Amino acid sequence: MSVLSAYFAALHRDLLLVMRRKTEVLTALFFFVIVTTLLPLGIGPEPDLLRKIAPGAMWIAALLATLLGLQRLFAADYADGTLEQMVLSPEPLSVLVAGKITAHWLVCGLPLVLLAPVIGLQFDLPTDAIGILMLTLLIGTPLLSLLGAIGAALTLGARGSALLVSLLVLPLYIPTLIFGAGAVESYIAGLGAMGHFSLLGALLILAAAFAPWATTAALRISLE
Amino acid sequence: MINLFKYSAPSTFYPLAGKLVPIFWTLAAILGAIGLYISFFVAPTDAQQGQGYRIIFIHVPASWMSMFIYCIMAFWSLLGLTFNTRLSGMMTSALAPTGALFAFLSLWTGALWGKPMWGAWWVWDARLTSELILFFLYIGFIALQAAIDDPRRADRAGALLSLVGVVNVPIIYFSVKWWNTLHQGASVSLTKSPSMASTMLWGMLVMALAFWAYTIAVALMRARTIMLEREGNTEWVHHLPDVKEAA
Amino acid sequence: MQWQSISDFFAMGGYGLYVWGSFGVCAVTMIAEPLLANHRRKQALKDIRNNYLL
Repeated sequence: MSVLSAYFAALHRDLLLVMRRKTEVLTALFFFVIVTTLLPLGIGPEPDLLRKIAPGAMWIAALLATLLGLQRLFAADYADGTLEQMVLSPEPLSVLVAGKITAHWLVCGLPLVLLAPVIGLQFDLPTDAIGILMLTLLIGTPLLSLLGAIGAALTLGARGSALLVSLLVLPLYIPTLIFGAGAVESYIAGLGAMGHFSLLGALLILAAAFAPWATTAALRISLE
Repeated sequence: MINLFKYSAPSTFYPLAGKLVPIFWTLAAILGAIGLYISFFVAPTDAQQGQGYRIIFIHVPASWMSMFIYCIMAFWSLLGLTFNTRLSGMMTSALAPTGALFAFLSLWTGALWGKPMWGAWWVWDARLTSELILFFLYIGFIALQAAIDDPRRADRAGALLSLVGVVNVPIIYFSVKWWNTLHQGASVSLTKSPSMASTMLWGMLVMALAFWAYTIAVALMRARTIMLEREGNTEWVHHLPDVKEAA
Repeated sequence: MQWQSISDFFAMGGYGLYVWGSFGVCAVTMIAEPLLANHRRKQALKDIRNNYLL
C-alpha cells in the first residue's frame, strides 16, 4: 500500500466509524454553541462588550470543544485492540496517525468553522470580522487537532485521562489562541491581521511536520 | 567516558549521590548566606522603590531556576529516550517538583513585588504570564507521571512531554510577548526593574547559584528515594547500609 | 550599614510585609521541600524492610 492510500484508508475508516455514530459529531457542535451562549449569560448582554469579547470567547469555546473530541481520537481503537494492529502493521504509523488526526479535524474542527458565522451574529460581530474569524478557525483548528493528538496519545489508558489531557494540552494551545483571536481583534481595530495569519500558518506547518511524529512516539510509549 | 557509564546504573549512582548530597547542601547554605548578606546589607536602597525592590533577589533567581530546571529535565529526557537509561527518567522525575516550586516562588514573589509597586497583585505582563504557563507545564508533567502506574512508561511519557514542552516554551513566550505588546492597556511591566547597580546583579547571581546548589541537593535526595521505591526488590538495595539499619 | 536599628530592618521602609512575605515563604518552602523528600525516603526504606526483608 502506498503511503497516500494508507493515509486515506485511515481517514476513511475513522469517518466511516463517525458516520455510524453521528451524535458524537453533533455533541461537539452543541458544546461549542452552549459554551458561547454561557458567556453572555455570565457577562451580560451589552452588545459593545459582547463584540469585544467575541473573538476570544469563540476561540476558547473552540479549544474546549476540540478537547472534548480528543477523547475519541484513540480511546476506542485502544480499547478494542485496533490501535495495536495499527502499530504492528507494515504501514508507517505516522501516516495512519495523520489520517486519524485529519478525520478528527473534519469531525470536530471544520464544523466549528462552519458554525462560526451563526455564533458571530449572536455576538453582533461585523460580517467582515466574521470572515476573518472563520479563516483563523480554518487554519487554527487543524493546529488544535494536531497538538491535541500528542496529548491524547500520551494519556491513553491513564487514570483521569479526560482532565489530564486538558491540563497537558491547553498550555500548548495558548499560542494558537493568541494568534487566532488576536487576528480578529487586530482586524477590527484596523491594524490588519496579516502578521497573525502568517504566524498561525507557520505554526500549522510546523505542527503538521512534527505532531504526527511526536504522536506516533507517544503511542508507542503508551502501548508497550 | 567509562567512568560516566559506570554511574549510569542506579546501583552505582545511589552511593555517589549519597556522598554528593551533603556537599551541595553545604554549598547551598554558604552561597545562600552570602547572597542574603548582599541582598540586605550590601545592595543599596533603590531611589524609586525603596526597600521593596529587595524581593528581586528571590524573584529573578527563582525565575531563572524554573526555566533552567525545565531545560535540564528536557536534557535528561532526551538522554533517557535515546539511550533507554532508567536513571535519566528518575532524574527528570526528581527535578520536576523543585522546578514547580521555583515557578511558584517566582509567581508569589512577583505578586508581592507588584502590589506595592504597581498597585495590583497580578499584572498580565509577558514574563509573569509566561511563568504562569511554565508552572502549568510543570504541573502537567507531575500529573501525567502520577496518572501512569507503570514507572517505565511514566518515565518515557514524561520524557516525551518534557521535550514537546521545551520546544513549545519559546513559542509560548513569543506569543505571550506579542499578545502583551498588542494589548498595551497594562503599561506596567515587571521587566522594568530598577536600573541595575552591579551589587544587585551580584546579589541575584549568588542567590541563583545558591538555588542551583539547593536544587541539586534536593533532586539527588529525591532521585535516591525514587531508586529505593522502584528497585526495592533488587539485591543491591537489600544490601544497602541504610536499609540494613534495623527498623 | 544602612539599617539604623533592628526595627528598621524588619520594617523595610514600609515594605516589610512584602519583603518578608517573599523571603519568608521562600524559606518555608525550601525547608519544607527537603523535609518532605526525607519523609518520602524514610517511607520507602520502611516499605523495603517490611516487604522484602524478613
